Amino acid sequence: MSARRLVSLVLAAASCAACSPIQSALDPQSPQAESLHELFWLFVVVCSVVWLAVMASLTLALLRNRSTASEATAAGSRTPALAVGAAVVATVLIVAGLTIASFLATRSLATDGGGLVIKLRGYQWWWEATYPAEGVVTANEIHLPVGRPVRMELSAADVIHSFWVPQLQGKLDLIPGRDNAVTITVTKEGVYRGQCAEFCGLQHAHMGLIVVAEPPAAFDAWARAQAAVAAAPTEPEAQAGAALFQAKACSSCHAIRGTAASAKVGPDLTHVASRRSIAADVLPATRGAFAAWIVDPQTIKPGANMPAIALEPAELRALSAYMTALK
Amino acid sequence: MNGTEGVRHPRGRDLPPEERERRLRRIWDPPRGILGALSVVDHKIIGRRYIATAFVFLALGGVLAALIRIQLATPEGRLLGPDVYNQVFTVHGANMMFLFAVPVMEAMGVYLVPLMIGTRNIAFPRLNAFSYWIYVAGGALLWIAFLLDFGPDVGWFGYVPLSGPQYGYGKRADIWAQMITFTELAALAVAVEIVVTVFKQRAPGMTLDRIPLFVWAMLVTSFLVIVAMPAIMIASSALILDRLVGTHFFNPAEGGDVLLFQHLFWFFGHPEVYIIFLPAVGMVSTMLSTFARRPVFGYLPLVMSLITIGVLSFGLWAHHMFTTGLPRVGESFFTASSMAIAVPAGVQIFCFIATLWLGRPVWRPPLLFVAAFVVTFTIGGLTGVMVASVPLDSQVHDTYFVVAHFHYVLVGGAVFPLMGAIYYWFPKMTGRMMSDRLGAWVAALVFVGFNLTFFPMHVLGLQGMPRRIYAYQPELPWGGLNLFVSLASIILFAGFLLFFVDVVRSAVRGAPAGDNPWNAPTLEWATTSPPPSYNFDGIPVVTSANPLWDDPETLPVATGLRVDRRELLVTSVQRAEPEARESSAGASIWPFLAAVATTVMLIGSIFSPWAVVWGSLPIAVALVGWFWPKGAPEDEA
Repeated sequence: MSARRLVSLVLAAASCAACSPIQSALDPQSPQAESLHELFWLFVVVCSVVWLAVMASLTLALLRNRSTASEATAAGSRTPALAVGAAVVATVLIVAGLTIASFLATRSLATDGGGLVIKLRGYQWWWEATYPAEGVVTANEIHLPVGRPVRMELSAADVIHSFWVPQLQGKLDLIPGRDNAVTITVTKEGVYRGQCAEFCGLQHAHMGLIVVAEPPAAFDAWARAQAAVAAAPTEPEAQAGAALFQAKACSSCHAIRGTAASAKVGPDLTHVASRRSIAADVLPATRGAFAAWIVDPQTIKPGANMPAIALEPAELRALSAYMTALK
Repeated sequence: MNGTEGVRHPRGRDLPPEERERRLRRIWDPPRGILGALSVVDHKIIGRRYIATAFVFLALGGVLAALIRIQLATPEGRLLGPDVYNQVFTVHGANMMFLFAVPVMEAMGVYLVPLMIGTRNIAFPRLNAFSYWIYVAGGALLWIAFLLDFGPDVGWFGYVPLSGPQYGYGKRADIWAQMITFTELAALAVAVEIVVTVFKQRAPGMTLDRIPLFVWAMLVTSFLVIVAMPAIMIASSALILDRLVGTHFFNPAEGGDVLLFQHLFWFFGHPEVYIIFLPAVGMVSTMLSTFARRPVFGYLPLVMSLITIGVLSFGLWAHHMFTTGLPRVGESFFTASSMAIAVPAGVQIFCFIATLWLGRPVWRPPLLFVAAFVVTFTIGGLTGVMVASVPLDSQVHDTYFVVAHFHYVLVGGAVFPLMGAIYYWFPKMTGRMMSDRLGAWVAALVFVGFNLTFFPMHVLGLQGMPRRIYAYQPELPWGGLNLFVSLASIILFAGFLLFFVDVVRSAVRGAPAGDNPWNAPTLEWATTSPPPSYNFDGIPVVTSANPLWDDPETLPVATGLRVDRRELLVTSVQRAEPEARESSAGASIWPFLAAVATTVMLIGSIFSPWAVVWGSLPIAVALVGWFWPKGAPEDEA
């Protein structure tokens, strides 16, 4: 079956597609993440010193020369009592110090969001991003202007998810029936990766999120392009794909602004080809990947809510051409 | 305490020793046959069954851990699909927490507490039997469901809405919730027995400051169980109601609250960690004293730290919820309380080291495990301080850093002491020694294997690897460390395998142990190994905290208990002065039948709410049989 071969080809291609930048708390790229990173190393150093001190006293206690031990039973028990007392006092001081350091870090992280608001909504197993002021609706890839505080308003459509881009900020949950918000200020241009951190079901492992931080001008251009309705395809094959999209099951779940398709079950596909990846950062946004995803989503992402749709080879080519045209 | 006479009763005192023993055996020995095996109420037999069953669940959970490590060894692992993987990690976690860690600690208490405080049987022995059967039924429910491919797949803390009626398909989440009901019921029963046993059945003269530290630890643990478990039973029962009869406790669309479930779960879930850890502290204190050849340093601070941890453990549940967006003041409170628990935990570690400093350490296997415990648990405690900080937790929560942290605390803090405790008390339970040489190998393999397996997970978490993912893409930089971790876990598995080999080998042909092979100071070593069905020929009378060290040749005993029916000595709570003779229930099949009836009702109520109605009738019948008045002489005392 050609579709199966296509899938395996695309899966092979995906592994070298490099659509995934790293995601690491050890490589902070925002003031918030940097402050967390500093706090982390403070804790690591203090805890390491404490652990080494405990290990040293354990080793000494075990390897101590026992020839003097007999006299230690009565007279010598004052020394260990003092040592234990001192260790307890030191523990209290260290714990108090770390608690205060933690409070101060929390306080420094608290910033009020200015300007840009992004509503991020978690679904099984993808992200919907809405920019209310800019009129943008997109999925699985958000763009931010460098240097401007961005207020992320988090909500969940089905189960609990967690928003976590480790290079930019600590995580915060998306909880049904609750509203959470977190502010991010990205100071360096770049592409960052995040992934859902709260177990959310079958495809929790494949719920990636791409964050693109770009200069304000580039961001504005991106936002304008994203807010526009989809351009009508010009190629005949893509035009056939557009007709198929409306005729087949696609339009019952997905929206393409500027066409009759306006369903909100799955991601908005108006500019899907402008994104770096599809299916929540599982495949690159290439024509082959579109075809593979459409014809057999359950092999690529078992349990995903997208059903496999029976298509003739020509129909599949047409649909993938249409997807690729949705820049 | 007025000396060695205790409470008098003419019968028994004037008999020759052989005749006394014959009569005691006749009334205390368990009944024979299959029916007899199901009727046993001897705390030692039930304790041994409980421990053996818990270790079977440990081995089964270990098999699941192996599957997880094979799956994650390479990117996009193909061994398990997401559906099976989610069941595997859920059953691994639920099994290890609910079917291994808590029950095995309770079971050690069931076996040891009556022996360590010098009584003939645990309080409410039939409830004890009931508890074991309920526990077995709960474990069977989980594992049979898993083997039939409808095991729970919602994580061991089963958060709603994922486990709720809308997203938790089939009966999987119900199996999880009802398994909790079973194990909590079993744990509550044991907790009540231990509290009463410790308060009212201590040997004459065992005042509060002479109670062995393991018994103190089990006492505090039992109170934690009694206070914490109702919260989880409310959570799991409300979940079942949401799923079965359409209540909306946790449905935000109908005024319910998703986070309410998390609060209820962790109000139990955090004390749960100490329900596992405190008995381990008690074991370490006991073994340390024996192998340092001196009383443990700082008895009073150690008791105080046990109680302090018990109280504090109820004030830090929300640190599992730092990423849910709690109010700032709440976060600060829970950070401070979580950090504060490092102080009593530190007191314990410092007292242990001081004991070693003052003593003359004898390098037998239990002490090796104690050393492994100090090294490993301290790391887990310090990463605990890190996750107690709200800002730090926001980076490491729900990642492999946390996976590493809680394995350090639970394996380093509880399993290492438990393995040492098995080496330590195996001679008492079976009459045979385990191997010193194999014991050293087990300790080394488990210690090295554990640290090589779990330490790199801290790094993986910081590199952004979330927990509970069945696959990761090859571009993510986690492949190398994951492969290393999977390979290192082979060492850990080898250690556990060797441990089981040593247990079986020693049970069959270990060297005979004698009454007190370690020259230990506490009362369980004052009787034979294994102890007779009535535990002690005469009830010991205690005049110090280390009776077998201070009075090795002439341990005084109280006489006067009847030898023609099961009788215990009841003493006062504080000073352990004799107050009364109390009859102790004999073997009965009814606890087993009551457990079967309860099992039918609980499993039935997964499928229909009406099972609670018709299912309660057989339970009522079983309880009537259980409590049917026996007439004199059992009820006269």
